[in-house]
Amino acid sequence: MDNLYSLTAGELLGLLDKKTIKPEEIIESVYSRAQSVDKKIKGYLNLDREKALSRAKSLPSSGKLKGIPVAVKDNICVEGELTTCASKILRGFKPPYNATVIEKLKSEGAVIFGKTNMDEFAFGSSCENSSYFPTLNPWDTARIPGGSSGGSAAVVSADEAVMAIGSDTGGSIRQPASLCGVVGMKPTYGRVSRYGLIAFASSLDQIGPLTKDIKDAALLLGVIAGFDEKDSTSVNVPVPDYASYLKNDVKGVKIGIPKEYFVEGMDKEVEASVREAIALLKGKGAQIVDVSLPHTEYAVAVYYILATAEASSNLARFDGVQYGYRCEDPANLLDMYERTRGEGFGAEAKRRIILGTYVLSSGYYDAYYLKAQKVRMLIKNDFEQVFKSGCDCILTPTSPTPAFKVGERSADPLSMYLSDIFTISVNLAGVPALSMPCGFTKSGLPIGMQLIGNFFEEGKIFNAAYAYESNTDWHKRSPKL
Amino acid sequence: MAYEPVIGLEVHVQLKTVSKMFCGCTTEFGGAPNTHTCPVCLGFPGVLPVLNRRALVEAIRVALAVGCKVSDKVKFHRKNYFYPDLPKDYQISQYDEPLSENGRLNIKINGGEKTIKIKRVHMEEDAGKLIHEEGGDSSFVDFNRSGMPLLEIVSEPDINSPEEAYMYLTDLKLLLRYLGVSDCDMEKGSLRCDANISIRKKGGTGLGTKAEVKNMNSFKAVKSALEFEFERQSKCLEAGERIIQETRLWDPDKGITVSMRSKEEAHDYRYFPEPDLVPFALEAAMVENERKDLPELPEARKARFIAALSLTEYDAEVLTQDKDTADYFEECVKFYNKPKIVSNWLMGDVSGYLNAKNLSVRGSKLKPQALAGLLKEVDSGKISGKMAKDIVIEMLDTGKDASAIISEKGLAQISDTGELEKFAEEAIAENAKTAEDFLNGKDNALMFLVGQVMKKTKGKANPAVVNKILRDKLSKKQ
Ligand SMILES: [Zn+2]
Repeated sequence: MDNLYSLTAGELLGLLDKKTIKPEEIIESVYSRAQSVDKKIKGYLNLDREKALSRAKSLPSSGKLKGIPVAVKDNICVEGELTTCASKILRGFKPPYNATVIEKLKSEGAVIFGKTNMDEFAFGSSCENSSYFPTLNPWDTARIPGGSSGGSAAVVSADEAVMAIGSDTGGSIRQPASLCGVVGMKPTYGRVSRYGLIAFASSLDQIGPLTKDIKDAALLLGVIAGFDEKDSTSVNVPVPDYASYLKNDVKGVKIGIPKEYFVEGMDKEVEASVREAIALLKGKGAQIVDVSLPHTEYAVAVYYILATAEASSNLARFDGVQYGYRCEDPANLLDMYERTRGEGFGAEAKRRIILGTYVLSSGYYDAYYLKAQKVRMLIKNDFEQVFKSGCDCILTPTSPTPAFKVGERSADPLSMYLSDIFTISVNLAGVPALSMPCGFTKSGLPIGMQLIGNFFEEGKIFNAAYAYESNTDWHKRSPKL
Repeated sequence: MAYEPVIGLEVHVQLKTVSKMFCGCTTEFGGAPNTHTCPVCLGFPGVLPVLNRRALVEAIRVALAVGCKVSDKVKFHRKNYFYPDLPKDYQISQYDEPLSENGRLNIKINGGEKTIKIKRVHMEEDAGKLIHEEGGDSSFVDFNRSGMPLLEIVSEPDINSPEEAYMYLTDLKLLLRYLGVSDCDMEKGSLRCDANISIRKKGGTGLGTKAEVKNMNSFKAVKSALEFEFERQSKCLEAGERIIQETRLWDPDKGITVSMRSKEEAHDYRYFPEPDLVPFALEAAMVENERKDLPELPEARKARFIAALSLTEYDAEVLTQDKDTADYFEECVKFYNKPKIVSNWLMGDVSGYLNAKNLSVRGSKLKPQALAGLLKEVDSGKISGKMAKDIVIEMLDTGKDASAIISEKGLAQISDTGELEKFAEEAIAENAKTAEDFLNGKDNALMFLVGQVMKKTKGKANPAVVNKILRDKLSKKQ
């Protein structure tokens, strides 16, 4: 079969089951697709055909993802393989262990397929902050794919991977999924183990799937979710069978539309597409209600205080002592610290370390960090109130605009920070959310909508998302490459 | 002018758990550098800490033993600072909500007692260790110690002399040994101490500017360093100078403290709640169980030895200075219910032998039941107290029972009157003058004759029986 690379995991698993194809054929197909298109997209940092093939040949006898290649964001540790967070400071770092999600993928027969590009340490919303090269949007290579999991979103969109794993701290899975026209989900905080995810902001980070459709998202999440005793923040609640939620039926499902997410100045095409999606769901029997998340306007400010505070501490370990980059011929210890970090970190990483160090310093802690923690609780309460009122999901746009041009916002960090304005609150609250395609601009750029659920109710999100997807064909479109 | 020191101590104790604070690595001392390590205690990118439940339980036991109120919540903070032996460049510690607060320790000082209040007892992880190349300019780092579970025990500034500081450390160490939670070995670094000292006019109430003294590696060094600091600060004030707040290091070779850094250069640790360890509630029932399970602590045990076993204050004090000795003593008393006699033997011949051979009472070959057996043999008259002193040494050497040694060596006392009468008659015949002296009223002349009989029997005669036989025979002569 020729175009195996263009199929979803669900379709490929069907063919594998019927024994019409072999896992090696999938690898070969997806690999040669990547060979031909990644020159334009630059989604991969590392992709090794032989390694992928040998993995495909030595798969376990069964498994939910048996034979499916899964691309992995470069901040997730794969034993013995370069894992650098797209940063010079982790140059040459090969972890001596696998992240828990990698172990889970392997035990279900997935083929760990390659490491994808990202904004350095996941700091960014455009995938331009990689210390290697920027990744480009498959729908328009003059544009960014979104970030920080831009590489993972782009390779799925360009059919260079069947599925991918990303991480989401403030929208880093959902925003690039939206800008690249694929499905991306941030699960409930604590649903997926963070063990082996190189931390950006520990209290916000969560690993999640990037896939071509909702069925694949449910499948991949089912594999990586679950309690892990190696992660004290993971939560010991059973993982339901997400496939059972994939019903084309939203009768009586109550969907909240928060007024704070539909404001003056947002992109007209984005707003129109999301409104149409709401109308479609309403037409299928969903109950649409207006809701309010009153503390939304503080989310970006709170996020940049808390996330940078944690990041400044999480990134302290990159000091040139044990692994990764060390400056040449340091004069003394202080010189080694200063030059290693000065030379090893990119501009955005330095900006965030400085900001985080500042908000934690004595004299400022109460005014910034502590206050931000309090507002975070208010934001969480907003969501709890909405779900307490009976909403099954909340529907919003994912990104205020479609993909912007390369370089357009990179000189203005604040405008870049606003790219995540619709996704950040979800991480602060810890609830799950998914982005899926809901239209295209006239110029052919994907538009995404976000479905937010209550804690550990990813299933309800999948239900609404699947019902929408079943009545549209946005997800079936492919970029011309 | 007369000054007095105001001292607060910060003691770091390494808990004797099997594995480290946040990973499964061994806590065994020694090992080639970096062999007792894993990605977690090396702080590798992506790894996460998981709290060792055992370390938490041990910490709770110590907190309860010093009378602290244990918090109903366990919460950790990050303490951020750069240092090459700190793998994550932050230490996981406790800050605004420590495990426990408001305890006390009673110390013995100048024949009396004094209560030192304990501000807090909290948990944290240890750092690694730097090894500096001798004669070179390289440094190496050994992370075997990284992530070891530590307790920090912080006293209030209630200590008013270097002697009190010394006694506080001694009594704290004793308590920790009773609990069995730590080796408290300063040489292995399992107990470390920093001291804060300021001075004020004797009898005053305010607090002066303090100096923090670090790098003291024995209780004696703590005492010497505090004596030096007291002198230094006193002279400073006498000379009309101002004391500056600073950290000072104890130089054991020169016997002085030297300035390390002043307050201006002090760290800003940027504490914030550790996001990788979610705070959790401590069950009150669990804490209560640990409280019930605490062993009898030295103070209480000493009081019981005096009240229930009628020991002197001195004996009770000596016996409870070491948990093993006190346990050993009580076990002996179970088999031989004369505490004072057991105490005399333990504090006398037995400890003399053990000290000379540098053995611990637990490591000795003499088991409590065997010692009790020996003392019973004395009571029954089978051997004399003097013979017992020789036998106990052999028991300590070989681990044999008293009865075995007695029969092997034919050491049983001769109480057979027939045999002894023969020796008594010989002694009277050979010492007619002495016999006459006795009959003329010189009572102690009899002792000489007893001695003669003992000699003839090579000390095996039962002196009481000999005494009686001699009296009988001499009175018949009258
Ligand atoms: Zn370890």
